[in-house]
Amino acid sequence: MAREAQSEIQDPIIRVRDITVQFGATRVLDGLDLDVKRGEILGFVGPSGAGKSVLTRTIIGLVPKVAGSIEVFGVDLDASNTLQRRKVERRWGVLFQQGALFSSLTVRQNIQFPMREYLRVSQRLMDEITIAKLTMVGLKPEVADRFPSELSGGMIKRVALARALSLDPDLVFLDEPTSGLDPIGAGDFDELVRTLQRTLGLTVFMVTHDLDSLYTACDRIAVLGNGKIIAAGSIADMQASQHPWLRQYFHGKRARAVMG
Amino acid sequence: MSGDPKLERITKGNALALCATGTWTASFAPVLERMVADAEKLAGSPQSIFIDVSEVAKLDTFGAWLIERLRRSLTQGAVEAQIAGLSANYSSLVDEVRRVRANPVTDSGTITITGMLEQIGRTVAGVAGTVAGLVDMLGAVLAAGFRTLIHPRSFRLTSTVHHMEQVCWRAVPIVVLITFLIGCIIAQQGIFHFRRFGADIFVVDMLGVLVLREIGVLLVAIMVAGRSGSAYTAELGSMKMREEIDALRTMGFDPIEVLVLPRMLALVLALPILAFLGAMAALYGGGLVAWLYGGVDPEAFLLRLRDAISIDHFIVGIVKAPVMAAVIGIVACVEGLAVQGSAESLGQHTTASVVKGIFFVIVMDGVFAIFFASIGM
Repeated sequence: MAREAQSEIQDPIIRVRDITVQFGATRVLDGLDLDVKRGEILGFVGPSGAGKSVLTRTIIGLVPKVAGSIEVFGVDLDASNTLQRRKVERRWGVLFQQGALFSSLTVRQNIQFPMREYLRVSQRLMDEITIAKLTMVGLKPEVADRFPSELSGGMIKRVALARALSLDPDLVFLDEPTSGLDPIGAGDFDELVRTLQRTLGLTVFMVTHDLDSLYTACDRIAVLGNGKIIAAGSIADMQASQHPWLRQYFHGKRARAVMG
Repeated sequence: MSGDPKLERITKGNALALCATGTWTASFAPVLERMVADAEKLAGSPQSIFIDVSEVAKLDTFGAWLIERLRRSLTQGAVEAQIAGLSANYSSLVDEVRRVRANPVTDSGTITITGMLEQIGRTVAGVAGTVAGLVDMLGAVLAAGFRTLIHPRSFRLTSTVHHMEQVCWRAVPIVVLITFLIGCIIAQQGIFHFRRFGADIFVVDMLGVLVLREIGVLLVAIMVAGRSGSAYTAELGSMKMREEIDALRTMGFDPIEVLVLPRMLALVLALPILAFLGAMAALYGGGLVAWLYGGVDPEAFLLRLRDAISIDHFIVGIVKAPVMAAVIGIVACVEGLAVQGSAESLGQHTTASVVKGIFFVIVMDGVFAIFFASIGM
């Protein structure tokens, strides 16, 4: 156990090597390499349609790849059997762009769904943990008995985050967590991700378009372009970069407004 | 350090220390809960109690909450239980959990007699609501139809043709196949039983009257309700779920005019055509069986058929078709627009659309039977 923890500190939590993904004749990802380190919040940016969500979905295993290897928690996902895969899946949480809450279940049932599947926990403890998770993501316990259709956009994202966190994962994937939120709500959400990362020791893989998120929440930024990572590093590295898209992104009108 | 979690009691002077060790995570939750429940019995003892977590190897929300639960139940009145030895890593998690309000709201899933009576009452009241909804939709569709008559340019021809293709053209193979088979079966059964009386040839009378008056149109209407009624409900329902219908409304379009009217029109035109094709296929199938199985050759079959049926039989059948189409369409659209936000609701309304559609088709058939009997057709 201790040795396993040791090796994980040294190795990146996600190691993507030479990934190629193709839809028909269009090559979306072309020999892409990416490492995500334990305990960091990685912001993942790039132009619309560059394949940010595709990479996320490829790592999670929803999109088949043509070539390359993906290791998560040191487990090669292609070489692993079902049991190993389930173990890995139990340790990550995914927040989809639209929330992807189960519309026929209440908020409580949504959050408890993974717990029922993976853990043997009493109903009382599940109810209490549900409320703990809701409190963590900044929602009131009363929300628990509402259905997803009765929630606002921001609340859906928060509940979806609570569901992604319900098994206390080590790694969470956030696909545009702040899109569709008002700036204050988005700022709160960034703050929330930071707090949760601190308290739960999470590693966060965050696809985003939001410059504020990059500045306030992320430790490191990776930029996707032409199917490859064109740059990775701190926000200062990004600003110093001479790459045309990066220059436009980090020195454009909106970026200047964010930096004040 | 790591391994199975434990909660040991160590007395230090007049204080009692509860030493938590091992891995306090979700995987050990059943063990942890039992230990915490055991330790909770110490509440009310005169000693001061503190919980020592310095030896905990791993802590997650489940473990942190159980420690917090223990702390709360040991805290009584002035005696507050303390958590000691909290490492910096986990202190923020424990702080976070401490903010959680206790007494969770629980599911109210119990069934009571009053609840059941209430349910029955609501269902009965719902029937009236259903009928009102259908009349409402009928009115809205007629109004939209008249508006379109006054402004023919607002008529959606492309959409109507598209739905005609879906509902009529693409339904032809399955409708023809099934009615053909039913015609075969009716003829076979007829011959089998009529032969005992030496009345083989009367199977043609039975086939002709039954197929043209009842079976043709009824069977096709039921198939269309299952095939197209459900599709209409699912289409409109998912559009409702994704706020597409609200989007139409905000752009100044009437959803009834844009979505419902073309669908209704396609259905009302399609069902008579399908009913006619179905009746022909059934007669053909019946004739084939009569020839091959009953030895009634085609010429004799046709001659007998011409004597047995009149144009009245055909009219009685075909007149019912557009009315049944309208009933199916209205039920399907009402159900589609009643879909709420969840996937479950979509499923329920699609089921309801087919069940109600078939039910009303059969009711209408009964009403028509009485009507035609009274006017002597």
